Amino acid sequence: MSRLFAFLFLALFAVLAAGKEAEPAADDPALEKRVMALAEELRCLVCQNQTLADSNAELALDLRRQIREQLRGGASERQVVDYLVQRYGDFVLYRPPLKATTVLLWFGPFLLLALGALILVRRVRRPRAEDPPLSQAEHARAAELLDPGER
Amino acid sequence: MNKRILWVVAIFGALVLLLAAGLGLNPREVPSPLIGKPAPNFELPLLQEPDKTFSAKQELGKVWLLNVWASWCVACREEHETLVQYSKLGGAPLYGLNYKDQRVEGMRWLARYGNPYRASFFDADGKVGIDYGVYGVPETYVIDKRGVIRYKRIGPVTPELLDKKIVPLVRELERE
Repeated sequence: MSRLFAFLFLALFAVLAAGKEAEPAADDPALEKRVMALAEELRCLVCQNQTLADSNAELALDLRRQIREQLRGGASERQVVDYLVQRYGDFVLYRPPLKATTVLLWFGPFLLLALGALILVRRVRRPRAEDPPLSQAEHARAAELLDPGER
Repeated sequence: MNKRILWVVAIFGALVLLLAAGLGLNPREVPSPLIGKPAPNFELPLLQEPDKTFSAKQELGKVWLLNVWASWCVACREEHETLVQYSKLGGAPLYGLNYKDQRVEGMRWLARYGNPYRASFFDADGKVGIDYGVYGVPETYVIDKRGVIRYKRIGPVTPELLDKKIVPLVRELERE
């Protein structure tokens, strides 16, 4: 009986094993690691908020294959990035280069931070205007609120 | 007090303008770095005659259009009629880059919807597409006599775009 169960149990696993094809090209883990590290830095052009590593769009698959082929062919990371920038522009880079057109992108946030800090410092330093003195009626009301036990 | 309200209104107004300008931009239109650069050369088999090949060099000295299309591409169908109309004008030749398609499907598409292309090249694995920076089919390139890419359209070609931009540009380039 238990043998039958064991057989059925194993048969189940056989189905699982046949269920899904393995991801291709894991034949060289070191290369694959370089491909994915580089793909993390690059933007997928189809789903623009994903990296090439995350995306499973057709184009991302193709570009990952291109990266893999080029790295395997002995290209450096720099060369592969240049190859992609030549075709798709700086847009593919998640870390765009510092250029005249990207100065605001790089330093804008710091500019805003400095502006905020400036406003904050000025506000904190400004002498607070004296509160106007209380009138007779207000004095009386304050005394009443502060000392309710009298009633 | 009044001054403060003025400031708030001014900042708010500036933000509204900034965001309105941002909304008006199309993030899918990535400026192509290829404009003004030589069109990458390629050699590909023709879609309908697999034993013949075409090389981009063959068109040097002529102004020509390259349209990237595929039978699986819905937006391509949208622009197809416009391209067919264009081909009837008898202007600069229009070539097709059949991108990541099945040969049979591509040929069936042309048979069904009409063939505006002088020839279509069969780019089965999309390698030439990558060289041209293709990321959203359909795309259309205008290439001048020196083989330089002068214009790129990402997305379907509309009749307005054809009349106002592409045809005048082609005429101008032909005079160069």
